[in-house]
Amino acid sequence: MKSSMSFRILGTGSACPACVKTNEDLSSFLDTDDEWISSRTGTKSRHVSTTETLTEIAATAAKQALEDANIDAKDLDLIICATIQGDYITPSLACMVQKEIGAQCPAFDINAACPGFIYALDIALGYFARNKSSKILIVGTEMMSKHVDWQDRATCVLFGDGAGAVVLGEGDSLLAIKTTAKGELDILNIHGKNGNSPFSQHEKQDEFVHMNGQEVYKFAVISMCRDLKDVIAAAGLTEEEIDFVLPHQANIKIIETAMNRLKIPKERYYNNIERFGNTSAASIPILLDELNRSKRLQNGQNIAMVSFGGGLTTGAVIIKWQK
Amino acid sequence: MNVFEKVAEIIANHTDTPVADITMEASFEEIGLDSLDIVDLVMAMEDTFSVKIELSQSIKKVGDLVTVIESLKQ
Repeated sequence: MKSSMSFRILGTGSACPACVKTNEDLSSFLDTDDEWISSRTGTKSRHVSTTETLTEIAATAAKQALEDANIDAKDLDLIICATIQGDYITPSLACMVQKEIGAQCPAFDINAACPGFIYALDIALGYFARNKSSKILIVGTEMMSKHVDWQDRATCVLFGDGAGAVVLGEGDSLLAIKTTAKGELDILNIHGKNGNSPFSQHEKQDEFVHMNGQEVYKFAVISMCRDLKDVIAAAGLTEEEIDFVLPHQANIKIIETAMNRLKIPKERYYNNIERFGNTSAASIPILLDELNRSKRLQNGQNIAMVSFGGGLTTGAVIIKWQK
Repeated sequence: MNVFEKVAEIIANHTDTPVADITMEASFEEIGLDSLDIVDLVMAMEDTFSVKIELSQSIKKVGDLVTVIESLKQ
């Protein structure tokens, strides 16, 4: 779990579609209201794509991260996009971003649902460990507005669209990382495309988010606490030594319940679910970019990131900030 | 303290409901708990009684929770 040869974060970026929809906007066509949504989820508004493609917002976040890192796209050695689905089944979103920013390196997508960004950090670690790369771009990005049923008030109010990016270079910022998966279909899923094969005898399925809220909630609280404790211990730190926790922004009640079960001071958790909703793999890199851009990060600070999602997958990481 | 008394005490600590108002017949809806609050309670019960409670079991009122815990403890 612990590595001597790793990376540091050279730059961050984020981008969202321009259109913002408030809870009031959603209650104009759904039987729900602001009080219900905000008290149960913590979300007041979310960004929703109208004309922007995922490629566009991912590339904007990537360009910001490259600028912040003072790195030219041509110097990148690898691009990884963490997403459950890009604009196309093929080319991958990472190839579309590569084209958009003018990079020339290998590029591919990974799907580990919401913890995809942490999984991508773990993959990047492997490239650095075998001296295969010296500059890696990771973009966590999602357009959940394409995957929710806008007639289902229980799910569509939860999500938002966005992208967050980091550029990694050689360094020793990564103190510990952990990923897990537990094959489980029913609790959280989105069925793939049905196609129109004349030979298919598969039953047609809808292509929307299906979720058992109670089961996800329980899994999320338990895994968040377990994974945070594990990476903090693996990093040789105590809970009091964590300067910032960036939890996946799925639901504020999940985060608050986990906070009550951990010893990390509550003011060290950074949340923005109120403005973004759940942006899946984009949530953690967007949080990180907001902290970096508002100049709240100082060298030597210990940053914990923790996530959980469909799979069921989980991930947690401790980074010592050295920019 | 029997299982019901302990369960009532935990629910009272999680809500503004006085212990005296928590009966076996009281539904969680009456107590003002939504589906996610019930998960919080279930997790608190698991910690307290050292049991693992399946959420798929129908837990609508206080008595349901007490029955599940008592059966798991046997």
